[in-house]
Amino acid sequence: MSCLETIQAYAFRSIGFGERLLPRSDFTLCEQFTLIGSGMLWNIYFGIIAIIFGFIFANVLALAKNSANPVTRKPAEWFIFLFRGSPLFIQFFFAYFLFLQLKSLSPLFDSFTAAAVGALIVLFLNTSAYSAEIFYGALRSVPKNDMEAADAYGLTGMAKFRRIVWPTMMRLAWPSYTNEAIFLFHATTLVFFSGFPSWRQQGDALYYASYFADKTFNPFVPYPILAFYFILLTLCVISLFGMVNRRLNRHVPQAQRRRMRIRMNLIR
Amino acid sequence: MFSYCTDPSVLEGVSWLSCYLTTGKHMAFYVSFGTVLLLLAITAPTALLFGLGGAVAARAPIAPISWIGRGYIAIVRGVPDIAFFLFFVIALDQGIEWLRHKVKCPDWSESIRQGSDFLVCDIAKMPLSSSPQWVHEVYGFSLAVLTFAIVFGAFAANVIYGAMQAVPRAQLETAAAYGLTPRQTFRRILLPQMWSYALPGLSNLWMVLIKATPLLFLLGVEDIVYWARELGGTKNARFTDYPHGDWRMWYFLALLIFYLGFTKVSEMVLSRITVRLSRGQATVAGEALRKAKG
Repeated sequence: MSCLETIQAYAFRSIGFGERLLPRSDFTLCEQFTLIGSGMLWNIYFGIIAIIFGFIFANVLALAKNSANPVTRKPAEWFIFLFRGSPLFIQFFFAYFLFLQLKSLSPLFDSFTAAAVGALIVLFLNTSAYSAEIFYGALRSVPKNDMEAADAYGLTGMAKFRRIVWPTMMRLAWPSYTNEAIFLFHATTLVFFSGFPSWRQQGDALYYASYFADKTFNPFVPYPILAFYFILLTLCVISLFGMVNRRLNRHVPQAQRRRMRIRMNLIR
Repeated sequence: MFSYCTDPSVLEGVSWLSCYLTTGKHMAFYVSFGTVLLLLAITAPTALLFGLGGAVAARAPIAPISWIGRGYIAIVRGVPDIAFFLFFVIALDQGIEWLRHKVKCPDWSESIRQGSDFLVCDIAKMPLSSSPQWVHEVYGFSLAVLTFAIVFGAFAANVIYGAMQAVPRAQLETAAAYGLTPRQTFRRILLPQMWSYALPGLSNLWMVLIKATPLLFLLGVEDIVYWARELGGTKNARFTDYPHGDWRMWYFLALLIFYLGFTKVSEMVLSRITVRLSRGQATVAGEALRKAKG
């Protein structure tokens, strides 16, 4: 099979198109590149959807945690503590078995045991908690002067929040939020190692990388390929978030701009 | 365990549960919590040593050593860590066997990689195929510890490198003015002062290390995740005295609570250490302590 044929057969293998059977022996470099790249589709799917919905929910949570009323503050605090204080790996396991139990109670939960839905919910809740903590920190450090200026201009309530507090909060939180987004993409690799079954061997990039490593006993080819893809993905995330960062900072004098510092990635 | 546990089928309620939770397998489950703590106890100092080594190497005036240090720190960025865990365990295992193979069987003519196989001569196998089971387990565990130490060492090196840069230059210049050699400056000025700058990063790292311990499961160690899956699964009355349905959810809930408690306790201890290390430092926190004393 030439490389072009391999790409045709396996490029969308991870979402169920193309060749049914995975290669079993004599793995070529092309096959490894194509299949691991195909698996990246899952990582991107999990990452993007969880980030979009997580962003919205995180804003709500951050505001709730900042509120003076304990009825809204306490649940938000507990939610954030629950998801930030325990390993994502255990959360995946727990959620999967929880969905299994629920499934036996009601057919409503049938689709939840599939990775595409169940794991996405866990990732969404998890990133919401982490992002909420970042946004909350930023909300607490909105400069006092800005608020006083808003008061002086007669801004109150929603107008003050929409025009002063929220943009400043975003601007302060953005560098850390970029890191959170990178983490989240890395965290998506845990999905198929934590209970959620891969249906018809349709898995993510790490799933295929470890498939090749198991079959060939040679970790020195598939894992660097995986690393290559993830570095590419990380660079894309950084440049996209960098664009937003520039937009958020466009009114700030050059010298004061918060530089985007990309910190190390850690497991959660 | 208890005297009334001889016939579990007649037991009810709490007494059934007390017998169920003290079976031999559950004891192994409880011991595996010890495995996690042992892993943390060994990995944390080892990773700190790796980190210190990496940071010192990155600051070295000799270019190649500095490159090695910087490369070590940089290599863990941008790649999911779980990939590192899966990679290092096989890579380390094969590396060790390959070295032993080179030393012990110099006249082996065949190539080591034959198609999909990794073949070394019998006496180079690690551990030897004749060795008892516990040697295999200890070897697997030490590989896991080494992997954790390498990955977290790189994170720690990043934190410590930043902390060393954060120590005020004036302090080091004063040391030089007093005639201290570079080595003395490092030991007496840089190293003691660095900790208060490194602590926020290191305490964050400790939290992350705690939350990374379930990954032991992926490295093939019989840890708490392994036992929770094993014990929680549906048990048929034919094979066990304590039949039950699918209880894995409850086992993982217990693990979740264990980790939540662990991180909470760590948080409290670390905040006390932060206060202790801020004493007498020229930082905001140190200043606040000085004022509070009056």
